[in-house]
Amino acid sequence: MELANILAIVDSAIRLSTPLLYAALAGLYSERSGIFDISLEGKMLLAAFASGVVAALSGSAVVGLLAGVMAAIGFSLVHGLASITYRGNQIVSGVALNFIAAGITVILGDAWFKQGGRTPQLDGAARFGDVVLPGAHALAPIPVIGPIYAEVISGQNVLVYVAFLMVPLTWWVLFRTRFGLRLRAVGENPAAVDTAGISVSWLRYRAVIICGVLTGLAGTYLAVAQAAGFNRDMTAGKGYIALAALIFAKWRPVPVMFACLLFGLLDAISIRIQGVSLPGVGEISVQFVQALPYVLTVVLLAGFVGKAIPPRAGGVPYVKER
Amino acid sequence: MADPAIELIGIDKRFGAVHANKDIHLTVEKGTIHGIVGENGAGKSTMMSILYGFYQADGGEIRVGGKRVEITDPNAAIAAGIGMVHQHFMLVHNMSVVENVMLGAEQSPLLNAGIGKVRRELKRLEDEHGLEVDPDALIEDLPVGLQQRVEILKALYRGADILILDEPTGVLTPAEAGHLFEVLMQLRDEGKTIVLITHKLREIMAVTDAVSVMRRGEIVATRRTAETTVGELAELMVGRRVLLQVDKEAAAPGAVTLSVKNLTVEDIRGYRAVDAVSLDVRAGEIVGIAGVAGNGQSELLEALSGLRTATAGTMRLAGRDFDLTAETDPAALRRLGLAHVPEDRHHMGLVLPFEENENGVLGYQREARYSRGPLLDRDAMRRDAQAKIADYDIRPPDCRLKTANFSGGNQQKIVLAREMERDPDILLIGQPTRGVDVGAIEFIHRRIVAMRDAGKAILLVSVELDEIRALSDRILVMFAGRIVGERPPTASEAELGLLMAGIEDREAAE
Repeated sequence: MELANILAIVDSAIRLSTPLLYAALAGLYSERSGIFDISLEGKMLLAAFASGVVAALSGSAVVGLLAGVMAAIGFSLVHGLASITYRGNQIVSGVALNFIAAGITVILGDAWFKQGGRTPQLDGAARFGDVVLPGAHALAPIPVIGPIYAEVISGQNVLVYVAFLMVPLTWWVLFRTRFGLRLRAVGENPAAVDTAGISVSWLRYRAVIICGVLTGLAGTYLAVAQAAGFNRDMTAGKGYIALAALIFAKWRPVPVMFACLLFGLLDAISIRIQGVSLPGVGEISVQFVQALPYVLTVVLLAGFVGKAIPPRAGGVPYVKER
Repeated sequence: MADPAIELIGIDKRFGAVHANKDIHLTVEKGTIHGIVGENGAGKSTMMSILYGFYQADGGEIRVGGKRVEITDPNAAIAAGIGMVHQHFMLVHNMSVVENVMLGAEQSPLLNAGIGKVRRELKRLEDEHGLEVDPDALIEDLPVGLQQRVEILKALYRGADILILDEPTGVLTPAEAGHLFEVLMQLRDEGKTIVLITHKLREIMAVTDAVSVMRRGEIVATRRTAETTVGELAELMVGRRVLLQVDKEAAAPGAVTLSVKNLTVEDIRGYRAVDAVSLDVRAGEIVGIAGVAGNGQSELLEALSGLRTATAGTMRLAGRDFDLTAETDPAALRRLGLAHVPEDRHHMGLVLPFEENENGVLGYQREARYSRGPLLDRDAMRRDAQAKIADYDIRPPDCRLKTANFSGGNQQKIVLAREMERDPDILLIGQPTRGVDVGAIEFIHRRIVAMRDAGKAILLVSVELDEIRALSDRILVMFAGRIVGERPPTASEAELGLLMAGIEDREAAE
């Protein structure tokens, strides 16, 4: 394969892995604090809708982003209320939020814009644009390095850069700050945190709010950066793939990035080989290719990851013992 | 005279209908080790949880060093100089010693500055008190004794002058417990005040300066340790004289009832929990397995009762040979006369939300006497339960009550009644009196001895060495999955303790 083809696939993989990365890091904060969050999908979808609507109405991508983030935080607080304050079942709460998101986005979208659940097409300042890094044009003619810099590293969407900067930031927060220490502790043994005089609830609420911010960014990226507006069900299971990536990476920030890149790469390849006739096999069916990332997720999770041990207190509401 | 370290004046606490602490008055002098003894449920832990700010008292006041303090949460307790070592360690298993010590006392939003300070303090505490521990070790890699040391270091790092220890020796070997007591006495000599909560009277006699006895939410007596005896304390705890010794005749062992050959059990990680164990249990004898918890006793019981498939080994029971590496049906073993009282009654012995009479037939529910065609005969189940309640003095005597609402001792009697009344030839019994009050212990022990006298074979597993020595006719000591020695019940505690710690015979003899 030529360099240009490879670069095109890598470039596409980075773009496709960005929403996964935001969502998986969102899940990382929540689950490290002991709150399982199956509603990453629903929060992304709601944020995509909210950001798409507000960006269309205001004509500003940044205002759209704020709306997307606020919407996802709202869902996070509902999940927090159900699972932290009222000690409900975290899976049930998450599934409920996913259903609500799937329904409400279509109903409101259709009622407001009459386009079958779609929001109006965004352009100009209503979308996040690509960033051309300094020297991209000047370096482009240099063999190998030039095209890599110009095609892959430069020219990505601003939200792509933010997503990848979140990886070292998350690592630093988790392992170098007081908040991170307490976050890791509360997901493993909340009683240890409680007896140290720290509020378990407030710590977990902060974690789910961060989860809301990041899923808000994920949804906004889908509707206001990658696409030009919201489509019904546009997350298409990315929230679940992000959960898979999180488990695959054993809840660690840097491996989460590589897991998301791997799933993004599978996605990019599947798009690339649609309709291509391979020697000896013939043309591969579109359905098979589209199923490939999911099949590989199952295979990887079942066979190659080893034992992924979740945070010990995950999914268990904290009740003081007598 | 200096102000006392702690004064509790009229502390009162209710949990719904339960009056956990009734008008508690307690004075702990500075620079002493003060023991608190009492049965399970006597209110010891509630009282200490109030002192540590885990619960608020409904009434009364707390004074620390003569000054009245409001302890509204653990932070206030820490600020007042109170540190607590919990029965179940409050440690994060996959974090390092430094991180655990620092948690909640980080001092700044970034960790770097705090880490340096913790390291310096740990070094100082190590030098001053001999509390040595690798600051970078992960908690899960440390033995239990060292994990407990980390808990003590956590309290000292926070500047605790008063240290509360809740049942600290439950998980320790005799040697580790001895070492803990040395540390506590040294801390006392340096002016710290220590409150030791325990139900082991011998520990109280060994290390405390004063002791308070709790019964049913009240402090019934406070004594200087030098002026009291184990007998007096035991009597105060239960309100009447109890037998610390079990009266029993010499055993008259008969034929071998259960014979186990070369049993090996590996857990899912391939770790050998039970390693080539062979043993015989004869009719009319009690064989006790002594050992510190987690040395393969649980896996041994599970393999013999058919709950777990072994890696190697055979068992001979009721004239039949069983290959323990094949899947064994626990129900089939039961029908051949093997009954099992599991170690963990909450998870394996009972279904807590079920009614008492339902638990009374679990595992035997298919028997004709409980059936009416394909349906359960509820009347028969209840008649049966009511008879057992009378026979085993189970309280409250209500077979329709949810099992979760019975106390630990009564729950254990429900399991015992179910298994013993089947008149099995061999009874496997794990931790028969864990979390059971003194009165019920006596009852359970008498029942076990009565079964032996009726010519049954009994294999007893317990982490309470006193219990093993009081009941057994032969003692097998288990360490790291192996039987490391057999001793008569007259063997000294020190000798058994060395075996339990994995010190081989020949060294013990020296």
